[in-house]
Amino acid sequence: MNSTSSAVKPVISIRDVTHRYGKMTALDGISLEIPRGLMVGIIGPDGVGKSTLMALIAGSKKLQRGQMTVLDGDIADVRHRNVVCPQIAYMPQGLGKNLYFELSVYDNVDFMAQLFGLSPAERSARVRQLLEATGLAPFASRPAGKLSGGMKQKVGLCGALVHDPDLLILDEPTTGVDPLSRRQFWTLIDDIRASRPGMSVLISTAYMDEAQKWDWIVAMDAGRVLATGTPAELMQRTGTKDLEACFIGLLPEEKRTGHKELAIPPRPAGKAEVVIDAKGLTRRFGNFTAVDHVSLEIECGEIFGFLGSNGCGKSTTMKMLTGLLPPTEGTATLFGHSVEAGSMEVRRNLGYMTQSFSLYGELTVRQNLALDALLYHIPAKKAEARIRELVEKFGLGPHLDSLAESLPMGLRQRLSLAVAVLHEPKILILDEPTSGVDPVARDSFWELLIELSRKQGVTIFITTHFMNEGMRCDRISLMNAGKVLACDAPRKLIEARGASTLEDAFIGYMEDAAAEGAAETQGRKKAPAAAVETAQPASSPAAEKPTGFRLRLARLLAYARNETMQILRDPVRLIFSFAGSALLMLVFGFGVTSDVENIRFAAYDLDQSPESRAYIEQFTASRPYFLRTPPARSAQESLERLQADDVSVVIEIPPNFGRDLRKGNGPDVLAEVDAAMTYRGETVAQYVQGVHNLMLQNPANGLQVEPMKDTAQFEERYMYNPTFESVYAMVPSIPALLLVLILAILMAVSIVREKELGSMINFYVTPTGRLEYLLGKQLPYIVIGMINFFILAAMALFVFNVPVKGSFLLLTLATLLYVTTTTGIGMVISTFTTSQVAAVFVTAILTVTPTIQFSGLLQPVSTLMGRAKTIGLIWPTTYYMHSSVGAYTKGLSPSLMLQDIAFLAACIPVLWLFSMLGLRKQEK
Amino acid sequence: MGTLTNIFWLGLKEIRSLLSDKVMLLFVIYAFTMAIYIQATGTSNDVNNASIAIVDEDNSALSKELFTVFYPPRFQAPQKIGANEIEDLMDKGLFMFVVVIPPRFEEDLRFGRNPEIQIDIDATAMQQAGIGTNYIKNILSKRISNFLKRTDQEPSAPVNLIIRKLFNPNGLSTWFLSVVAIINQVTLLTIVLTGAAVIREREHGTLEHLLVMPLTAFEIAMAKVWANGLVILTAAAIALFGVAEMALKVPFAGSHLLWFFGVILYLFFATALGIFLGTISRSMAQFALLNILVVLVLQLLSGGSTPVESQPEWLQNITFFLPSRHFVSFSQIIIYRGGGLSAVWSQFLMVSAIGLGFFMYSLALFRKSIAVTK
Repeated sequence: MNSTSSAVKPVISIRDVTHRYGKMTALDGISLEIPRGLMVGIIGPDGVGKSTLMALIAGSKKLQRGQMTVLDGDIADVRHRNVVCPQIAYMPQGLGKNLYFELSVYDNVDFMAQLFGLSPAERSARVRQLLEATGLAPFASRPAGKLSGGMKQKVGLCGALVHDPDLLILDEPTTGVDPLSRRQFWTLIDDIRASRPGMSVLISTAYMDEAQKWDWIVAMDAGRVLATGTPAELMQRTGTKDLEACFIGLLPEEKRTGHKELAIPPRPAGKAEVVIDAKGLTRRFGNFTAVDHVSLEIECGEIFGFLGSNGCGKSTTMKMLTGLLPPTEGTATLFGHSVEAGSMEVRRNLGYMTQSFSLYGELTVRQNLALDALLYHIPAKKAEARIRELVEKFGLGPHLDSLAESLPMGLRQRLSLAVAVLHEPKILILDEPTSGVDPVARDSFWELLIELSRKQGVTIFITTHFMNEGMRCDRISLMNAGKVLACDAPRKLIEARGASTLEDAFIGYMEDAAAEGAAETQGRKKAPAAAVETAQPASSPAAEKPTGFRLRLARLLAYARNETMQILRDPVRLIFSFAGSALLMLVFGFGVTSDVENIRFAAYDLDQSPESRAYIEQFTASRPYFLRTPPARSAQESLERLQADDVSVVIEIPPNFGRDLRKGNGPDVLAEVDAAMTYRGETVAQYVQGVHNLMLQNPANGLQVEPMKDTAQFEERYMYNPTFESVYAMVPSIPALLLVLILAILMAVSIVREKELGSMINFYVTPTGRLEYLLGKQLPYIVIGMINFFILAAMALFVFNVPVKGSFLLLTLATLLYVTTTTGIGMVISTFTTSQVAAVFVTAILTVTPTIQFSGLLQPVSTLMGRAKTIGLIWPTTYYMHSSVGAYTKGLSPSLMLQDIAFLAACIPVLWLFSMLGLRKQEK
Repeated sequence: MGTLTNIFWLGLKEIRSLLSDKVMLLFVIYAFTMAIYIQATGTSNDVNNASIAIVDEDNSALSKELFTVFYPPRFQAPQKIGANEIEDLMDKGLFMFVVVIPPRFEEDLRFGRNPEIQIDIDATAMQQAGIGTNYIKNILSKRISNFLKRTDQEPSAPVNLIIRKLFNPNGLSTWFLSVVAIINQVTLLTIVLTGAAVIREREHGTLEHLLVMPLTAFEIAMAKVWANGLVILTAAAIALFGVAEMALKVPFAGSHLLWFFGVILYLFFATALGIFLGTISRSMAQFALLNILVVLVLQLLSGGSTPVESQPEWLQNITFFLPSRHFVSFSQIIIYRGGGLSAVWSQFLMVSAIGLGFFMYSLALFRKSIAVTK
């Protein structure tokens, strides 16, 4: 593990690289040469630019300023990236960030192998070997989302190693992973390096002790490199014994001021009162047991630590203790009272700090503190004094009026603590308060905790995954997979196992538990660490790898298959894809109808003669258009009934109507129509006029009529819809509407989702081309669109009795092109939206208006004017609507449908082009 | 007392958070001003700029004159086409109406033989087709009879029907559309705002923080109701006074106070629905998808787009439980028809009852939802 001679060319050389996110500078003019063939660690707390640096090296992020040579070429150059990208493997930060949680372990690794173009036979052998080597083989069919953190990281590693890289980049691979898995992970890496000696490994970590054994270290802080060299060199330079102290020694002077070795005064001896008492706490989610019979007794004034990895049940236990989650079994009491929801007295004495930053980022520091004082009903005078005291003690003075979200991590944690202790609670429950905080800030945070415990007698219950923090607690519980493995003072635990460090002791307990578990299940063979040579390729690559078009097609299909499996395993998207359109078809088909029937009318007959009754009778007789209600007895009543929407029209017959009619005086009849809803009012008025006209023409009803002379007759031909019912016009239009709305949204979400969740990185760092990616993603949605089309056509026929009169085959072809177009629209939208929520709303807003207003659904395109007409003429729905309505109601001739089909076909390449131009192959 | 102050302070915090979200704020302002103006003036379900063609097989002085009777804004200038072209051109969707004047039309009229004019109507454009046909018939009849009599006098009939359109005598569709637009925006934005507030608090972990404090789920939910409700109420007031009444000159016949009281009741329902959706969705993206389905149903079946009376009987029985339907109904009664409390109390009661039901249900789910988060 000696540093190789400097004669070898560095694997990475960096000159003056600066990277900014908006105003924030992540990397500040870094220059660095990283030697080849070594295990290189980048150390430093969160937010110092480690991840940015690694993403830039991997070519996943776009270089902003400076120069970077990776594997003997300029990484900013596309051609070089294309050449070296199969030689680089990159595993981003976050547990399984580039995994597809719905897919199984095998499918995840297999997917990466497909993207790197391994042949099917090669693939299956390679994937199995890797899973065997990492001990994942027994879980090959389990969805990645249901794995523990350590296992997710192993899956990620398999995915990274599937194509034999020369440069392996691992960004914080062990953060949040339990100590045993961590140790196994490093053994695995060592084995792989042993079998591929030329490989360079670049790893970042926040656990400085891990880096102690590595070949070469880059210490970073605030976007700059503090120092480089072997761990021994660095420790010698600072005169320290471990890397964490060494790192603090390397920090600039102003950051170190005020930092001193933490000293913990011993707790006064003697038994104190038990304040937190948990007995057999158990919590199950479905058939998964998150917390398994945990029992605790914590004494007043004690600092009690909970040590364990992510997902081992620490947070769930805390939620049960605070009353946020009801336990499935067991009891928890604070001060002897049950914490089940509702006990206000207990909550008044409880301070809680959640794992995430649980303050209002959009409020200032002062507002956050004041809000809590108000909610705890602390009297104004006292609250003011208390806030002043805390601000001073926690060093928040200079930041009082800055927004909480603008504070650096260390300060945020202190603010969170200040908020949690504002009301002077007797118990403080802190859920991983120090993760992501640099060592100096961590120590100053602990100083506050120690003061609270020792001077004010506050009982502190804290979870952490830092072993050195565990050492500072009075007592700790080691937790793994929902179970407490051991519980005692940290020194005693180490002694009991005869270990040298707490980590070794923890691992010892975990191995015991694992052995027990293995014995119980009759033990599958433990992951054979011997299968190391598997890192060698199964056959010589390049020779059999598919090339050119076949390779591209294979990657396209890999993405299509991947997407299909994801949709099938996501119930919400699945329901939205199929039930959504069926539901909306029913709503539109039955609910959106402009047929005006059953108009409620009342007569206000001031004459009461046979003639007036005969006149009114005509309206009653014209069912289903008019529906008679009890007559009105006064003008006041008729107005009131019109106002209350009880009737839509009142027919008022004047006194002496009958006499005037007989004399030929031409009496007036007044029809008062409710025109509040304009369209309906207009239609009702026309119906009234229509009934009146019919009456005059019909000699049978006793009204004297002059012979009609100077008039023409009208014959109305309602073409395409002879019965003039909404359903025939509406039902054929609905698929045009739904196939754009639902498909565009789903398509946009599917791409933006990858950006938001991080799996987009697989596209950035694999040789996948833009068109392969886009078409692969689009294919499943085109299929969904076609299935939807058949569902809607079946509903039109069987539910609404609207059959297709024209050519169904041609309509199917038009639909195929239309759904390709509408998913294309979603694709284009996905290129400029960054969150799923934005994708949904932007797509909805951009597609709904042109589809409903300008494509002929409500108003024929021929009657549109100005810009509305322009939009209508280029919006694809217009053409599909024409074909669909035509095929259903008009029996449209094929030649006319072909014009629409030609237009839709022309849209597709245009949309692909826009999507390709908008899709970046690197992160900004 | 403690409860009330808690609700007050929590709500104030809610409003502060909202005010700091500039994008959301701009969206709300746009939705209640520009968007309403555009919807109210841009579209029309009345006949407007309708395309029409005439087949003239008579070629008489009268038939030629009939080309001059259609003009904007209702109709485009009529095109002359041949009898054999009708079907093809209508298939292409170029004309909504084709009027066919038969041979010897004028002659037949003069001999009192009541000749027949055929009107071909593209009945797939439902809303315009019915009304447009009647316009065409009236325009043609009038001009024909005037042409023959050489006079503009109306013929006398045995009974004269006088139709008076109440509440909107000139049939201006902006009156109706502007109010429906306000109602639709109230529904959409209240749900989005409240639901997003719930999910944001849950994603940021601040909800857990609140639930550990001596606060009840009722207080937390109620704070969201009043804060988001107040924001939307203010926006709706700006839209009503500024856009509808001032810019679009929509008269308000009834009592403003009564309408705003009704809006408050509706907001109670909509915020409760927002909390409910925010509680059951596991992520913002799920919420967005759910939201689209729910809002579309609430808006389309409310009677704001097409009359409730036109829905089939069984559907009307279901939509009776949609508060948006009652909102549209009482808004029409108060704003156009000038109805008082006696005319709208049943709608108010229905909206409150459903709102209360939803609120209670979401409240029950609220605490449980913590179990759903990680």
